[in-house]
Amino acid sequence: MIAIIAGLGRVSKFTFIRKVSAVYVELFRGTSLLVQLFWVFFALPAFGIQFTAFLASVVALGLNYGAYGSEVVRSAILAIPKGQTEASIALNMTNFQRMRLVILPQAFRMMLPGFGNISIELLKGTSLVSLITLTDLTYKGLILQNANISYTMPVFTTLLIVYFIIALPLIFTAKKLEKRYAKGVANV
Amino acid sequence: MSIPERKLTTSNIYPMKSKKPIASYENIKKTYGDAEVLKGVDLNIAPGEKVALIGPSGSGKTTIIRMLMTLEQPDSGMIKVEGKPLWYKEVNGKLAPADEKHLREMRKNIGMVFQHFNLFPHMTILRNVTEAPVHVLGLSKEEAHRRAVDMLEKVGLGDKLDAYPSQLSGGQKQRVAIARAVVMQPKVMLFDEVTSALDPELVGEVLQVIKDLAKETDMAMILVTHEMDFARDVADRVIFLHDGKIEEEGTPKEIFENPKSERLRTFLSRFLKG
Repeated sequence: MIAIIAGLGRVSKFTFIRKVSAVYVELFRGTSLLVQLFWVFFALPAFGIQFTAFLASVVALGLNYGAYGSEVVRSAILAIPKGQTEASIALNMTNFQRMRLVILPQAFRMMLPGFGNISIELLKGTSLVSLITLTDLTYKGLILQNANISYTMPVFTTLLIVYFIIALPLIFTAKKLEKRYAKGVANV
Repeated sequence: MSIPERKLTTSNIYPMKSKKPIASYENIKKTYGDAEVLKGVDLNIAPGEKVALIGPSGSGKTTIIRMLMTLEQPDSGMIKVEGKPLWYKEVNGKLAPADEKHLREMRKNIGMVFQHFNLFPHMTILRNVTEAPVHVLGLSKEEAHRRAVDMLEKVGLGDKLDAYPSQLSGGQKQRVAIARAVVMQPKVMLFDEVTSALDPELVGEVLQVIKDLAKETDMAMILVTHEMDFARDVADRVIFLHDGKIEEEGTPKEIFENPKSERLRTFLSRFLKG
């Protein structure tokens, strides 16, 4: 969601909106996710905004990956040929209709590989949240490994496998969506 | 018949031109970088008139019609559609630059077919043609469907309603694009080198569709084309552009059989030989 809003912001015809979304994207891409996590969880309370560890994780991860995602959205929109815009103008569509009916449905198809990538990245990015007291998969693994040093090898191997198994549905969903939206574009 | 004698000017030699023009260009200039594409073009299009624009590449033909479709803005001069400025709106008797609302109001009168079709690849043929009538004109789905099927049958594609553009030949795509523009019922239709991107054997079917359309419609048409025979058959008036100016204009007969300027003769001879 954040990705789509920020991505649209980047191609807005209003300079102000473009600038604001550019600042957001560069700020969150250019700084460390871990620091952002700490900042949301430990620094924001200083301004009177207190999140639970879970909510803080959602906010920080969302904003961070949203920034990456917005670049996927932006590049997909820019990749739609100019002729599509011109045809929409010639049919007297509003700017909003042009985006909704013509540009975004086509751009969405191009975003899928990028989004697939990011959602898997996001899944793995969750391993950082243990550092703000949330218990996640990696953290559980570390506890086990600490309990008995001889577990090191099996524990980390299991972790890798479990991450992969969780990622599998994401991988398949991305593939499936890509196929579905290929309709009409490639000769299927 | 006692028609009062009139002075022969370009604005009244042609019978249709005595009507109030549907579109007019006054001293239009346009520069891209350091290339001056249009150097002061004056042109009136009468309602229902079929005008062919011919001329060498880079003479500004396409720019002229793209301006009318609001895809390009002139640097100076005035374009009017039905007497109203296209790129300006009148506010308290003064002209202010047009906003999106004004442009949309003006675009209702104008439709365009592009060189590269620009069909919507993610929609079926039928939806390509119904999309704008439903969302822009606000027609009911049934009404838009009826109009679209009618029109697609007219261009010979009644059996392709559920196909996607990628499944069609270039000629078929262009016929869909024509149907898509015509269902909007504009008063002026613009054709931008609609056969230039087609394989030679597919050119005929597209030109035939336009010829038939020209015969039965009261839409004005401006056709930018390199097909001289086609221009001769379809147009009421042919305009030869050269180097950003109208070099010569006249009926197809005048232009093709009795070209006055040296440049037009040179231009035409290339086509007759080729």
